[in-house]
Amino acid sequence: MRKVYLDNAATTPLLPEVREAMLPFLGEDFGNPSCLHSWGDVAREAMEDARNQVAQLIAADAEEIIFTASGTESNNFAVKGLALAQQNKGKHVVVSAIEHFSVLHSAKTLEKWGFELSLIPVDKYGMVSPDDVRKNLRKDTVLVSIMHANGEVGTIEPIKEIAKIAKEKGVVFHTDAVAVAGTAPVDVKELGIDALSLAGNQFYGPKGVGALWVRKGVRIIPFLDGGVQEGGRRAGTENVPAIVGLGKAAELAKANMASRTEHLTRLRNRLLTELPSKIKHVVVTGHPQDRLPGHASFCVEFIEGEAMLMLLNSQGVAVTSGSACTSRALKASHVLIAMGLSHALAQGSLLFSFGLDNTSQDIDYVLEVLAPVVDRLRQMSPLYAKFTKTSKGG
Amino acid sequence: MPVYSEKVMEHFMNPRNVGEIENPDGVGEVGNPVCGDMMTFYIKVKDNRLEDVKFKTFGCGAAIAVSSMVSEMAKGKTLDEAMKITPRAVADELKGLPKQKFHCSNLGAQALNKAIKDYLDKKKGGGKK
Ligand code: FES
Repeated sequence: MRKVYLDNAATTPLLPEVREAMLPFLGEDFGNPSCLHSWGDVAREAMEDARNQVAQLIAADAEEIIFTASGTESNNFAVKGLALAQQNKGKHVVVSAIEHFSVLHSAKTLEKWGFELSLIPVDKYGMVSPDDVRKNLRKDTVLVSIMHANGEVGTIEPIKEIAKIAKEKGVVFHTDAVAVAGTAPVDVKELGIDALSLAGNQFYGPKGVGALWVRKGVRIIPFLDGGVQEGGRRAGTENVPAIVGLGKAAELAKANMASRTEHLTRLRNRLLTELPSKIKHVVVTGHPQDRLPGHASFCVEFIEGEAMLMLLNSQGVAVTSGSACTSRALKASHVLIAMGLSHALAQGSLLFSFGLDNTSQDIDYVLEVLAPVVDRLRQMSPLYAKFTKTSKGG
Repeated sequence: MPVYSEKVMEHFMNPRNVGEIENPDGVGEVGNPVCGDMMTFYIKVKDNRLEDVKFKTFGCGAAIAVSSMVSEMAKGKTLDEAMKITPRAVADELKGLPKQKFHCSNLGAQALNKAIKDYLDKKKGGGKK
């Protein structure tokens, strides 16, 4: 059976070159970068090379990069650490309603610690309006955190404009760029931002490693107390193999950005246009143009995502869904609900995220197997039966 | 995604008794308060037995497997027997359900019950039966 992996938003595979770069550090080059002997030197040098590579990916300075264990950690670190560092100035933070839970729940934790929180709504495309951010800024606002792009619906947010507004008011601005960094060009100076999170497994690096970039001069409270690793801001012996892998992945992403973006954009544009024309009653979620390359998301009416996922999986196709039934908490995706979708429609959420290995034939195959899957589930659906009866009757 | 038993997967991949019954003797429709899904059961009764049971389900893999299982368990049973099909019994028959999917088996048993009650109510009301 043909196998088609279309869940690169969950994780990309590890590139062979990245794995090669990591291997020595899982073997003979096992040293601790804090140590002052030759083993330590080898590890430290490799780690500093990786820091440079990551910095170059986002046009930052190497010393501004802090390695972490994931995008989630970077977001926790940023939201809590940047807010706490300024609590004498004020206790108000602003985030969007569609942030990843690592930002949203960190902000909720701040609320428990006595901060006030403003949630910025989004429009039907999942877009944050810079004006809404402006209206929510107060004298005591110390942090704005708005994601660079949403991994569920692909929409790219107007970060540059929002950062400008925050800057005018002297408010620190962080962006969760986990879905963007390594996938589309990012230049932190150009964007005019203060802090940014990224993660290795989003661009063909290993899992369990991420980075937080914090502009020089911006204060942040350490996330882990202990030794003086990472400039004293994140204690704990560094995960050298993963960091080396992250560095290599960053280098490759930067070198091949244009061709990768072109490849992914072509695939997703094809699916975005062909799927709704081939299958009736399907809506595209997220912004039609301002969206991540390689990201195509939909809601299929009258049926539920987990059932679609399972049938697609039985045909070798791996995708994901934001339906309530697929979530452990049995709640519909907060992103889709914030965009104003009904709970019933959100149940039919389906997300395809392309990767470097995907081809146009993969799309042929997906379109071929998806249509009968949808049809089969609709034949089972009482909602579809009601719909066909009323549309016939009226 | 939860890991389902082979039995659940089998019923999900090949659900029995999908569809509607024309002029059913009873219909039971329930919505899932947890995730917002929906299940409808149709029954045909003869000599106090469920001669035919069919369903339509808008829901997850477990919900579809549960509907199929319930329809299979209920078919041929007397109304009293069918009323006694519990969510637990359905889950057991399916060789277990993940904890967060247990509410889907409630839905199945409820929908069947509602269809039987609908039939009994109609009968009491002096309907055509
Ligand atoms: S129907 Fe939603 S979890 Fe089963």
